[in-house]
Amino acid sequence: MTEKTLLELKALYRDDFRVTGFSFGQGEKAACIVGSMRGNENQQMYCCSQLVRKLRELEEKGRIKPGKEILVIPCVNPYSMNIKKRFWSIDNTDINRMFPGYQEGETTQRIAGGLFEEIKDYTYGLQFASFYMPGRFVPHIRVMKTGFEDVELAKKFGFPYVILHTPRPFDTTTLNYNWQIWATKAFSIYTTTTEEIDRTSARWAVESVLGFLQRMGILEYGGSAGYVSKVASTEDMITVRNRTAGFFEGKVSAGEHVRKGQILAGIVDCCNGQIVDEIDSPTEGTLLFAHAEAKAYQNTAVYKIIPETEEW
Amino acid sequence: MITTVVKVNLPVNEALEIKKMRLEPKQKTGGKRISIVTGIHGDELEGQYVCYKLSDYIQKNIDFLRGTVDIYPALNPFGMDSITRGIPAFDLDMNRIFPGNSDGDMNEYLASQIIQDVAGSALVLDIHASNIFLTEVPQIRINELHEKMLLPYAREANVDFIWVHGASTVLESTFAHSLNVAGTPTLVVEMGVGMRITKEYGDQLFKGIIHLMHQMGIWDGEDPDVKKPEQSSDHKDVCFLNAPSSGIFLKDTVHGTFLKKNDRIGAILDPLSGTVRNEIKSPVDGWLFTIREYPVVNEGSLIGRILYD
Repeated sequence: MTEKTLLELKALYRDDFRVTGFSFGQGEKAACIVGSMRGNENQQMYCCSQLVRKLRELEEKGRIKPGKEILVIPCVNPYSMNIKKRFWSIDNTDINRMFPGYQEGETTQRIAGGLFEEIKDYTYGLQFASFYMPGRFVPHIRVMKTGFEDVELAKKFGFPYVILHTPRPFDTTTLNYNWQIWATKAFSIYTTTTEEIDRTSARWAVESVLGFLQRMGILEYGGSAGYVSKVASTEDMITVRNRTAGFFEGKVSAGEHVRKGQILAGIVDCCNGQIVDEIDSPTEGTLLFAHAEAKAYQNTAVYKIIPETEEW
Repeated sequence: MITTVVKVNLPVNEALEIKKMRLEPKQKTGGKRISIVTGIHGDELEGQYVCYKLSDYIQKNIDFLRGTVDIYPALNPFGMDSITRGIPAFDLDMNRIFPGNSDGDMNEYLASQIIQDVAGSALVLDIHASNIFLTEVPQIRINELHEKMLLPYAREANVDFIWVHGASTVLESTFAHSLNVAGTPTLVVEMGVGMRITKEYGDQLFKGIIHLMHQMGIWDGEDPDVKKPEQSSDHKDVCFLNAPSSGIFLKDTVHGTFLKKNDRIGAILDPLSGTVRNEIKSPVDGWLFTIREYPVVNEGSLIGRILYD
């Protein structure tokens, strides 16, 4: 394992801003794995830290294929992680809205530009991503539809689902989108949580990544084959919203299969404790996402369902 | 008449309401409608004075009104109330969610209802105040895609500068872009600085709005004289100055100054060591239309913008 500083900025009163990468094997730039880009992405950084640990062991056993290099970057934004702020410390800009970056531009453009220069030539690009809404996901691979996406490859992670996502205007400045435009096979990995560490889904994600790298001929690994992935697009998903604001009492969790008409959650009046709304499922399917915050604003997407029939 | 554009109930004993003031002639004539919008970013207050002044002036001179004036002073009332640029609780830039979605979440729903209410105006002015970091001369920014439709209005708005900038996919989710593509001409005004009100700029823009209303047949009262703005027709006309190091930026000059190459603009200081990290000099002859107001800079922070002479 080689530890290297990929990017460095000098600050006034804080320690230097450093983005550190961990490199395994030598040779062609085979795979790059990026962790937290925002200050609350603990789970995403945790997954990468576990990958570093596993890859170090595998390298010591000579299991990285000759002529292949893997780079893991657990954290792109230590400044925000260390002050528990989601976006950039001074101006609140989001590094993951700055790609491909500009090294003569503003601070977060420079960080994105400097990072992208280091990672744009890898064959496979994997990013542990997070969702802006508070909730829990079924672990899945998300692929942006850019015209360069490779869905068959995404299935090789062995996750239960591969979700195809049509980019919105602001998605065009994300790492995933730009990786694809620059000919890297790019995938976003969603585990269950963001701020809270979920070791079970982290372990699952690490195993899936190592399995993918094995299938791509980058390392030798004897992990499980995983799931036969189902492919769904964000347009196929049914969003379930609460009609009334209040305390959110979820009765089902991400990953559960639900029937049409099943009560999924109740909304409780914050002052008098009465149930003011019951949310039922408009379809049979699997819950990809479930809201996980005490309160819910009116019309919040509290569940996202992949419509499907249980097959056992 | 003050009306509610959109209202949603919040979890705890409160409703979020976005309101507007509609001013109409005593005898409704079916004239054109102009909409004045501000407060998408909760830390930008320059538009507050303009809204107040315009409403006060028109109400005191209502006999000269020949059309409809809609004034929306706070599209992001949560942000305004909590000194937050974006939408509090969501960490979301409101100016990246337009045109919204009436079936979407609360913020998308709010955005869709705002667009529905403003759409169809003969002209919209969306007043911004840069942010807390930069001070701007009064200017109008136009996406090159809408230059032909907007330039004739922008020239009459009494601003110092019109900046026609390149198209960007990210900007497609702004309030102004959403209305412009739908055929409602919308000018984006940037002036002053975040968290402050520059009365002089407010007075200047107020005159521009009255003049525009006069030109459009909405106002039959006094028609103020307006200035001829500088104009950049190519985004390559603008030179960006970024901080070469982190530190405390102390400016020596003010925005609106004409600079010669190598004129000093300011310096980046290191108070800990008592040294100057960098002197900031103009790399070109030109007009400094933006300057950094907030002293703390990271390497790369924007310090100023210069229109090439």
